[in-house]
Amino acid sequence: MSLPSTLAGSAVAILLMALVTYLTRAGGVFVMSRLPIGPRVERFINAMAGSVLVAVITPMAIQGDWGARLALLATLTVMLASHKTLAAISAGIATAALWRLVA
Amino acid sequence: MSQTSPGARLDLAGVLTGVRRMAPLSLFVVVFGLAFGVAALSRGLSGLEAMMMSALVFAGASQFAALELWGPEIPLLPLIATTFAINARHLLMGAAIQPWLAHLPPKQRYASLVVMSDSNWAMAVADHQRGETNVGMLVGGGIALWLTWLAGTLLGVLFGSGIAEPERFGLDVIMGCFLLAMLVGGRRDLSMLVPWGAAALAALAAMAWLPPHSHVIVGALAGGLAGLLVWPDRKKREAVA
Repeated sequence: MSLPSTLAGSAVAILLMALVTYLTRAGGVFVMSRLPIGPRVERFINAMAGSVLVAVITPMAIQGDWGARLALLATLTVMLASHKTLAAISAGIATAALWRLVA
Repeated sequence: MSQTSPGARLDLAGVLTGVRRMAPLSLFVVVFGLAFGVAALSRGLSGLEAMMMSALVFAGASQFAALELWGPEIPLLPLIATTFAINARHLLMGAAIQPWLAHLPPKQRYASLVVMSDSNWAMAVADHQRGETNVGMLVGGGIALWLTWLAGTLLGVLFGSGIAEPERFGLDVIMGCFLLAMLVGGRRDLSMLVPWGAAALAALAAMAWLPPHSHVIVGALAGGLAGLLVWPDRKKREAVA
């Protein structure tokens, strides 16, 4: 099944993407509101919340170049030391840019 | 580790605060949007189609992936499967904040989710862990991200070819650094290192052996399971002892 990429075809494809994406946004809440949330489910969810981010970040560190790795390291360091989000992110970007300028 | 707040509320003041707190960070999103606009045009989408996709889908990674499938014909099933796989992390993110959002009326709850994406979700979770009841960070932050994503896409569509190598300026690491800052800036709890380690290992294993884009879901589920296995019903045992 495929659509021609005319404006109408593209519009339908984009609407389908939008629908699927909203279902992912609402689906987790919808399903969980129908599950009883005991202490085990709660602990699962607590551990999972940060794990989502870990699973997104890890490949960037592994597959990225040294610029990306050092950028993450810089962000981590500044964040642990100062707890200032913007400073931490800026440090990461600056580190990557500097590394690539030099390397 | 139980719920830190008894309720949830959503009001205009909270939303505006959310917009304001996200504003500096969402400026970075303009750059992503710009990159998407440029990429979309180069894959043969019209400016209107690129804008429609950014406005309605509002999920960067899946939009970039969709471009890979775009051609004279658009294959629907791969498009739907790819979109779902990349955005399936939303299912887990939603599940994580459901106990909080459950205190909102259903209309507000499901309307708030329209703009849920990684950054505003992460900031809202950090709020919630500090005991904040106002959901404004999720909604206001989402609105700020949506507007800047759209503005960026428009800039990309209009003035496409300006930035040829965003990575030279370190712009490709913004997202990773942002999410890492959110992760570390949230609750400080060393016991989380075990599930996070499990999540990292599982994500790497999934990247090596499982289909593309499955690593986020696999990692998140592994982290959740590790959270269960490492401390099996500690509360109960403490109660007995």
